[in-house]
Amino acid sequence: MAASAAVRSSMGLTLRLSRVIPDCSTCPLFRLKCNAKNVANLQRRGSFDSLRTINRHLQTSIGLYHSEEGSSNAEHPEDVVNVVYIDRSGQRIPVKAKVGDNVLYLAHKHGIDLEGACEASLACSTCHVYVSAAHFDKLQEPEEREDDMLDMAPMLQENSRLGCQIILTPELDGIELTLPKVTRNFYVDGHVPKPH
Amino acid sequence: FSGCGKASLSSCSPKVCIVGSGPAGFYTAQHLIKVDIYERLPVPFGLVRFGVAPDHPEVKNVINTFTQTAKHSRCSFYGNVNVGKNVSITELQQAYHAVVLSYGAEGNRSMGVPGEDLAGVYSAKDFVGWYNGLPSCRELSPDLSCETAVILGQGNVALDVARILLSPIDILKKTDITQPTLEALAESQVRRVLIVGRRGPIQIACTIKELREMVNLPDTRPDMVAADFDGVKEALKDLPRPRKRLTELMLKTALEVPGEKEQERRSKASRTWGFRFFRSPVEVLAEPGHSRIAGIRLAINKLEGSGDGAQAVLTGEVEDVPCGLVVSSIGYKSLPIDPSVPFDSRKAIVPNTMGRVKQAAGLYCSGWLKTGPTGVIATTMNNSFDTARSILEDMDSGTLDMSAAKPGSQSISALLEKRGVKPVTFSDWEKIDNVEMKRGESRGKPREKLLTVEEMLHVAWT
Repeated sequence: MAASAAVRSSMGLTLRLSRVIPDCSTCPLFRLKCNAKNVANLQRRGSFDSLRTINRHLQTSIGLYHSEEGSSNAEHPEDVVNVVYIDRSGQRIPVKAKVGDNVLYLAHKHGIDLEGACEASLACSTCHVYVSAAHFDKLQEPEEREDDMLDMAPMLQENSRLGCQIILTPELDGIELTLPKVTRNFYVDGHVPKPH
Repeated sequence: FSGCGKASLSSCSPKVCIVGSGPAGFYTAQHLIKVDIYERLPVPFGLVRFGVAPDHPEVKNVINTFTQTAKHSRCSFYGNVNVGKNVSITELQQAYHAVVLSYGAEGNRSMGVPGEDLAGVYSAKDFVGWYNGLPSCRELSPDLSCETAVILGQGNVALDVARILLSPIDILKKTDITQPTLEALAESQVRRVLIVGRRGPIQIACTIKELREMVNLPDTRPDMVAADFDGVKEALKDLPRPRKRLTELMLKTALEVPGEKEQERRSKASRTWGFRFFRSPVEVLAEPGHSRIAGIRLAINKLEGSGDGAQAVLTGEVEDVPCGLVVSSIGYKSLPIDPSVPFDSRKAIVPNTMGRVKQAAGLYCSGWLKTGPTGVIATTMNNSFDTARSILEDMDSGTLDMSAAKPGSQSISALLEKRGVKPVTFSDWEKIDNVEMKRGESRGKPREKLLTVEEMLHVAWT
């Protein structure tokens, strides 16, 4: 139990490090990118996600000007796993990942708004994703505790999994992970969620 | 920001404040560009600190996310500020373009039966507040010298209470449960906990994780009434997955003949717990000539209809259960904060559409105050993101009037100072946090909570 707690807390630290929103205002690249017009453009796309992930967009696009840590040209090609996230507005975000990457932390690294409230400790369902049909069966069976938390997720589907429990393997190359539309379009048939 | 008309970025910054620093407050703040959070207590995090059970530390990991939000330069925390008393909602609205109410549900639904005020009867809200160190519940001192405790309600809070009453002390003493509670539980004579619900197994409100924890609780064994489960097995096939898995676990626990190992474990157990279905409280019974509880009278129900919509209907029969402790876990309830804010007393929420308070421009709500007091942190998260989205949409569309610049925290801080109210900053909270963690260290606990506002303020400002 101590070992898993240690793993959890180190994963938590990784999460915190990857989620720190940098104070970009001191960087010349930031000033280049963040003029009013740019901000307004993001806004005019009409997507709520653009507005609120401003920091994350800036973070990732600034990243492109530097060599990204763990970028694939430094790795063996067989270590690369191509992943596509489909965010809540339907936008496809392709990501080059590595074998062993955790789907939740990978999402954070690339500014994708997959929450992980309990920091991968199977105590929430905020990292709920839908897995592409072709890859769903290639995942390891969920343990009972994951199924218990999945039961709490709104809009549960046959291909639902918790992102924090998916570790990338070579055979998951091409996997597509869709973030459920949990806000607003919640229950399109007017169904009211049961209290618990 | 287009919300300020054609003005340049810097001249009209939107000023938003949030009342309440629990999950609703912080998740709403997460998606707002600049925000001030006001909190009545010196310490933040609301029910994550005071509601989540001590033996569920992973659920509290969300505090790390909230801490990041609070420490970001665009967010300011003002603890020890009682909105409604130290400053009014109207004054906040004068200082901010948008005010978000996220102060949750601090009251509880009452059973509405005679004897409810007898010694030995507690609301789950107070019981949970007591074991979690909520300053206002410090003096609860529940009497645990009885053998049987009856909990009304079968939601996750009811199961939390049962689990805390029956958990081995060796497990609890490594959590952040308060020291006075630990001492009380070490002396506790409670050996049997009944968790009572109006309807049947298929209507139970708890979730599978919490049920599994009861089933696996060391040194305890389940004690169910087999007849309560008549017809349940047949109904399984039509149930959606979450309800099906939960019901299967209940059936297994209640009806299946245990294997040898489990049978041995059960026979050695010193404590029992069980569900009692189709029962509603009608009276709490006192010891003759005393004002202490001796038992509870329960009406026996039958079910009309099936599934979620099934109704409990009185049969006319009653049954008396001797017990020395009753905990009523039938729901939290929001209270109105300020007469100027619309409040629906029937539903006990602030009337709203997608988080926009009805008939109150510039006023929003999120969390339990918005939807009623049900749901876990994840539910509140989605709910709060929705409210933040409404605010941003309103800024963008001009629905929210941003034409006049507002002073924000500057004017509120001046007001508070004039009234002799000193806010606790987030760094001040971090001093409290460090003291609590340090005190816990010597006891092998993640923290030893400070139990009074005075102590908290003393540490904050020294």
